[in-house]
Amino acid sequence: MKRTPLFSAHQELGARFIDFAGWEMPVQYESALQEHLVVRTHAGLFDVSHMGRIEIRGRNALSAVQKITCNDVNRLADGQAQYSALLFNEGTFVDDILVYRIDAEHLLICVNASNREKDYHWIVQHIGMEAEIRDFSDDYAQLALQGPLSQALLQKLVDVDLGQLKSYWFTFTKINGTRSMVSRTGYTGEDGFEIYPPSQEAEKIWKRLLATGTECELTPAGLAARNTLRLEARLALYGNDINETTTPWEAGLNWIVKLEKGEFIGKQALLRQKETGISRKLVGFEMVERGIARDHFPVYYRDRLVGHVTSGSFAPTLQKAIGLTYLPPAIANPGTEISIDIRGKRIKANVVPTPFYRRPVN
Amino acid sequence: MNIPEELHYTREHEWILVEDDTGTVGVTDHAQKELGDVVFVELPQRGEEIGAGEPFGSIESVKAVSEIYSPVSGQILETNSALQETPDKINSDPYGDGWIVRLRLIDRSEIKGLLSAQDYEHYLKEELAK
Repeated sequence: MKRTPLFSAHQELGARFIDFAGWEMPVQYESALQEHLVVRTHAGLFDVSHMGRIEIRGRNALSAVQKITCNDVNRLADGQAQYSALLFNEGTFVDDILVYRIDAEHLLICVNASNREKDYHWIVQHIGMEAEIRDFSDDYAQLALQGPLSQALLQKLVDVDLGQLKSYWFTFTKINGTRSMVSRTGYTGEDGFEIYPPSQEAEKIWKRLLATGTECELTPAGLAARNTLRLEARLALYGNDINETTTPWEAGLNWIVKLEKGEFIGKQALLRQKETGISRKLVGFEMVERGIARDHFPVYYRDRLVGHVTSGSFAPTLQKAIGLTYLPPAIANPGTEISIDIRGKRIKANVVPTPFYRRPVN
Repeated sequence: MNIPEELHYTREHEWILVEDDTGTVGVTDHAQKELGDVVFVELPQRGEEIGAGEPFGSIESVKAVSEIYSPVSGQILETNSALQETPDKINSDPYGDGWIVRLRLIDRSEIKGLLSAQDYEHYLKEELAK
């Protein structure tokens, strides 16, 4: 199994590990529940170095990225990032990604760990003649500092004024003497930052952050907490909620599709589906009766099997069991009563509006 | 590892305290650590009869679900209803307030088939070494 540059730091902290897409990753340290709650109230530090980082360079970098993504990179200024997706011709997801524009001739794409090789080959296949493409994932680590106290904490270690760094913007700054990219992004539904230090400096920066954060209860947090946090915020997980068979319309990700931007791979299929309409829609549900719906459990509407749970868990912030599933649009409205087959028993649930959790505005 | 001497154990990490023909059942300290934070416990109905080795309920943590198997055959006398509100007692006090059911033993001789504290400790060491 592959290991991130922080593997031994996780071991020292007593982490439990799991195999995630071929990576030996910390799933929790002391308690997944506590890690989740501390991210909501204070701050947590995640190792997400397993994610893939691909750079696109050259005079035509911008138009090349425009062609393979469904969101509009022309709306990005230098130093701005955007949630987007790589789509197949069929309009279904190759992957969901983050695009960072360093400048018009240099863009970064951050991809899911499980899709790193697939995405790289897809990108090379489609724009390899137009731009220079490099998978530089191994050169850098990626740390996610998430939670309401993230800014105050990180500010102690950097020169730039983080108050000026808005959501989905990034900058380059020294942390612990090492120049790193810092973006105001994350996957928890909280304010927070992602830090991309060179691999060989990652452990020092990880430890420095944890040491600096002791006074504000900063905790290292594992993939279990990352999953429940992102689910409460209804952030899609590739492989669960979106995959090679689902489209942005079905997943409720209409906002990342900019049809007016010009041609891009998958656009024609999306136009056709817009015309014909979708046959299923990703919705949130909440258990009404006692029980926890887990990934893949069957979903029923009036005794008819209508789908499966794509993500299901106990939600620590809400103290409820929640999940996501695809349903036919006719029964996808909040209030619809469905049931989940939990080990042979039909347990009642209701379709509810999402996100399940929205961070308080300060 | 906390493994009280007076209890009997299963390879599925349950414990049972036998007093006359009554048994109190829970999961071990090792089991609760493996599960992580318990957030939900599914309990059986009072009066239900359960065979040795049969599942009678489940424990769910944030990340996983695990069935609870009865160490012996018996009839459910009582369930720990406090676990509905405070399932985390299984984490904080697995051999005490975190007990799960009390049952009336049907065949006391089944106890001989269970692991002693020493056997269980030995079994755990082997499991962990794997």
